[in-house]
Amino acid sequence: MTLELTKEEQAMLDGEYGRATQKAMEILTALGEIYGAKKMLPVTSVQISGVSYANLGEPGLKFLNSLATDGKVRVLTTLNPAGMDLEEWEKLGISEDFAKNQLRVIAAFQKMGVVTTATCTPYLVGNIPHYGEHIAWAESSAVAFANSVIGARTNREGGPSALAAALTGRTPAYGYHLDQNRKPQVIIQFEGKLENVRDFGALGKAIAEVAKGKIVYIKGVQNATIEELKGFSASIATYGGVGIYHIERITPEWKEYALPDETITLTQKDVSRHINEMSDEIDDVDFVTIGCPHASLREIEIIAELLKEKKVTKEMWITTSRPVKEIADQMGYTKIIENAGAKIAADTCAVVAPIKGRFKGMVTNSAKACYYARGRNNFKVQIKPLKEVIREAIQ
Amino acid sequence: MLEMKGRKIAKGKARGTALVSPAPISFYGGVDPETGVVKEQGHPLEGQKITGKILVFPTGKGSTVGSYMLYWMSDVGTAPAAIINQESETIVAVGAIISEIPCIDSVDIAQIKTGDLIEVDADQGIVKILSDK
Repeated sequence: MTLELTKEEQAMLDGEYGRATQKAMEILTALGEIYGAKKMLPVTSVQISGVSYANLGEPGLKFLNSLATDGKVRVLTTLNPAGMDLEEWEKLGISEDFAKNQLRVIAAFQKMGVVTTATCTPYLVGNIPHYGEHIAWAESSAVAFANSVIGARTNREGGPSALAAALTGRTPAYGYHLDQNRKPQVIIQFEGKLENVRDFGALGKAIAEVAKGKIVYIKGVQNATIEELKGFSASIATYGGVGIYHIERITPEWKEYALPDETITLTQKDVSRHINEMSDEIDDVDFVTIGCPHASLREIEIIAELLKEKKVTKEMWITTSRPVKEIADQMGYTKIIENAGAKIAADTCAVVAPIKGRFKGMVTNSAKACYYARGRNNFKVQIKPLKEVIREAIQ
Repeated sequence: MLEMKGRKIAKGKARGTALVSPAPISFYGGVDPETGVVKEQGHPLEGQKITGKILVFPTGKGSTVGSYMLYWMSDVGTAPAAIINQESETIVAVGAIISEIPCIDSVDIAQIKTGDLIEVDADQGIVKILSDK
């Protein structure tokens, strides 16, 4: 065995801390061996995926319950979005059967001590690591955000491996935890102007297409808001499968590594081409959604302003985290949005909710939402800037 | 008899008949968990039942939900008796561990033919081909 364990880690593996901890350590040591880790690293934060009952099914739930018999998380752990708003699921048209099963999943996590706020933006609701910290996050968009924008260190965990990290407080030292695997491998020279989340999403998709799995160092992006970086992280992770990127003068590790020799140039034309690629012909738009990844407070404020004294003519979901929704309630944004006939849903999103067959044509500002709406739900999609998305909703 | 030394991925021992796939397997979508039959179109094992077999394949592929599918199969009794990989990846490794299916990798799977009687001792990382078909 090349992987060395501390006394405590060995005791976990030997079952001295109970069955769930033992199973968790078995998962982590096997992954450590497979990927050539020499030791375990303590982690300070975990984000778990595989929360929607639609993805887990009865077997997944059974597994969670078996761990919950004696398993307790050792570090701050939050959840990915669930298949519904955990409180107001009825308003989204979720069946009672699904709701019952979804709540069983949440109960299993709660029993293990997981904070059961369900969001893909843990970094906006208090699960926020600092620069250089080792963490174990699933949820590909949050992984890309944590590695790139925060400079924390996490691999692209799956549901079980993230849970294993939570139950032991450890993760094997391989992949993005190590300096050598965070180095940029190709420079992307961008020539153009990005104006909104939609543009950043399209650039993420364009980069994914040309970088082919390499870590990119992006030049030519002048500035970016947190919302734009959130959308960009989601897009590059969804279309490219890569968990880290660097942007000159914007992301914190941009000066850390030697630059690669290879440069690929992308222009405004490439961004436009990918916007077109995410714009199907739709006869009848019947679904409008914002909040993939979950909407920030600022985004909800803007949406409320745009929807003030208007009426939406289509089913419209604004998806966000529970804490952000509660601030929106407090600020009166929720009321404005609901008066317009739109729905503001917490804990869930259009990617994981069981909405296949309910809609045909979807409009959004999110490149990631486009990918899953097509792949999982067979919807036609159109990507637009936020303001135009709202215009579409009230048309 | 041929004995090969590999690497333990998931503990346990098993004995059974080998079912060899030259192609990677996806347990999410690629295998029906209720019947244990491979249903991926065009897959070399399409239509074959993996239940109770010593399942030999190069590596896993597909969605990470595949780990839960192995657990599902183990729960309803359709899982393979053991898994031998050329090189295990996260999905199969995690799936085998949570389902308690003995699993070994880093052995030369080209030595194993479908129908061979195989003994797997994952704790020791040993694969024995007891009789060639």
